[in-house]
Amino acid sequence: MSTAAQPETEGTPTGSARRSGTVPGSGPTQEIRHAKPPRSGVLLTAAAWVVGILFALPVLWMILTSFHSEEDAAKNPPDVLAPLSLDGYRAFFDAGPWPPLLNSLTASVISTALVLLLAFPAAYALSIRPVKKWTDVLFFFLSTKMLPIVAGILPLYLFAQKVGILDNIWWLILLYTSMNLPIAVWMLRSFLAEVPVEMLEAASVDGASLTRTLRDIVAPVVMPGIAAAALICFIFSWNELLLARVLTGTVAGTAPVFLTGFVTSQGLFLAKVCAASFVVSLPVLAAGFAAQDKLVQGLSMGAVK
Amino acid sequence: MAADTSVSPEPAAAREPATRHTPSPALRKAGDWSRRAPLLPALIFVILMTQLPFLATLVISFMNWNAYYPDERGFAGFDNFVRVFTDTNTRNAVWVTILLTVSVVFVSLVLGLLIALLLDRKFRGQGIVRTLMITPFLIVPVAAALLWKHALYNPEYGLFNGLLRAVFGENAPQPDWITNNPLIAIIAALVWQWTPFMMLILLAGLQSRPLDVVEAARIDGASSWQIFTNMTLPHLRQYIELSALLGAIYVVQNFDAVFTITSGGLGTANLPYFIYQTFYTAQDYGRASAAGVVVVIGTIIIATLALRSAFSLFKEEGR
Repeated sequence: MSTAAQPETEGTPTGSARRSGTVPGSGPTQEIRHAKPPRSGVLLTAAAWVVGILFALPVLWMILTSFHSEEDAAKNPPDVLAPLSLDGYRAFFDAGPWPPLLNSLTASVISTALVLLLAFPAAYALSIRPVKKWTDVLFFFLSTKMLPIVAGILPLYLFAQKVGILDNIWWLILLYTSMNLPIAVWMLRSFLAEVPVEMLEAASVDGASLTRTLRDIVAPVVMPGIAAAALICFIFSWNELLLARVLTGTVAGTAPVFLTGFVTSQGLFLAKVCAASFVVSLPVLAAGFAAQDKLVQGLSMGAVK
Repeated sequence: MAADTSVSPEPAAAREPATRHTPSPALRKAGDWSRRAPLLPALIFVILMTQLPFLATLVISFMNWNAYYPDERGFAGFDNFVRVFTDTNTRNAVWVTILLTVSVVFVSLVLGLLIALLLDRKFRGQGIVRTLMITPFLIVPVAAALLWKHALYNPEYGLFNGLLRAVFGENAPQPDWITNNPLIAIIAALVWQWTPFMMLILLAGLQSRPLDVVEAARIDGASSWQIFTNMTLPHLRQYIELSALLGAIYVVQNFDAVFTITSGGLGTANLPYFIYQTFYTAQDYGRASAAGVVVVIGTIIIATLALRSAFSLFKEEGR
């Protein structure tokens, strides 16, 4: 199948033929890549569409089910054309989702802001005006991402208990900040490393302060990198379950925690669960769709641009 | 365009006109500190929040500490570790973690590569298909797990059995997907979420491939397969390693899917879930910490041995 992805030609038998100076055009079919070969191209296009639809199908199914009544949602075989209903959403919003949604928003937005605030100067000190052994520092940051959260969660819990910040959104904000900071440092560093030297030299001649250099000269140039870092930090914070589950309760519980408690053992709940899952995922879906390219940069920690 | 970034930024230190005149030691020291200053807040914060808790975990792992029996708190030596390694539940959790991580990363990597190849050509609706493809990754993990558990796997009204009945009629088999194959059920849900991740990185890698060289090879008569194995794959290598490394980092830690789909039952408890349960439900702090230490050591071994080469992309860039 992997060969099929490159539709063109069966080509010549051996690798040595490549160097033997075949006359261009003498081969059987020498299409140019991206040109449209008649039949295999159609097949590949169809295959791509099928794969895309298959992957999106569970989500489309979730959205459709969320707009059905509980009775229709539980039908087997499924009733795709059942009348649409807002019951699922009504049930979800009656369950009091606003505090958790708001908690998630607070935790994600504030921790993302803190991450950028800390990561930006750090990235500067690892690229434009680097400290000694800056590669070691950079790899230290990466290594903290390999430390599973679960390995430190008990002390974090005990500390919060002792100090009295269990079920406090600020504790979660601090932890999300440390969780995402290494990613942001990596990303921003790779963007800062590309800032033209001349700009910085001009700034240093002008005697601009560090804050001014960062804010007025570097930041505008690396805005795409900042946006990508912000996007990925926001998504990871919004998605996080383990820390929120252990460290929060009724007051500071986030949307994922709320979701886990949303399945009841009695009665039908499929439409409700689908509605809840869709609403909770909506911010991530919107942000991700709006900035697909930033998503790639963010996911690869700036290694892929 | 991506990998080439390693070429463009010359070692940042070279930009500094530092060697023009040698400053006095005091001045240089001040200079060093002015370099370090912007770094310190982030560095100190990360050390405080990630290294300190782990040190505490290390200490607790040598203690006999169960919150249900607060009077018996004391030094335990290696007891917790012995229990971790002799207990069948823990060993099972280690095994599940390895199986889960390896299979999810491997399968989604292969699928991601195939789909990336499929999307790396111009066709009508390319953008739409790409958008469809990344949708699974943009569903909150807990929501995705709920979706698979209830809307897809449920034996009575899940989509899978619904489709079976719609196609094969009343007597269609109606398997209980999760009970029959609990681990595979979790793996499938995770593969669905992680394939788009792999695909995105690999697609970016494919699109950074120098096309003129490929063109030249083709004109020289190289077959598609030759181009794929001799040019595309070597070029993609660092992207494959990168996505495998990042995927492994996240999947090793997976908690959401195990917690939601099986609640760790049916032999699917991985280490994160096992540790969560040991300290949250059983309140056995000492043993949970010992298991945590084991996870970290395991992760370090995997990271340094199996995936060391994966740093090539980063290293190259961070030269």
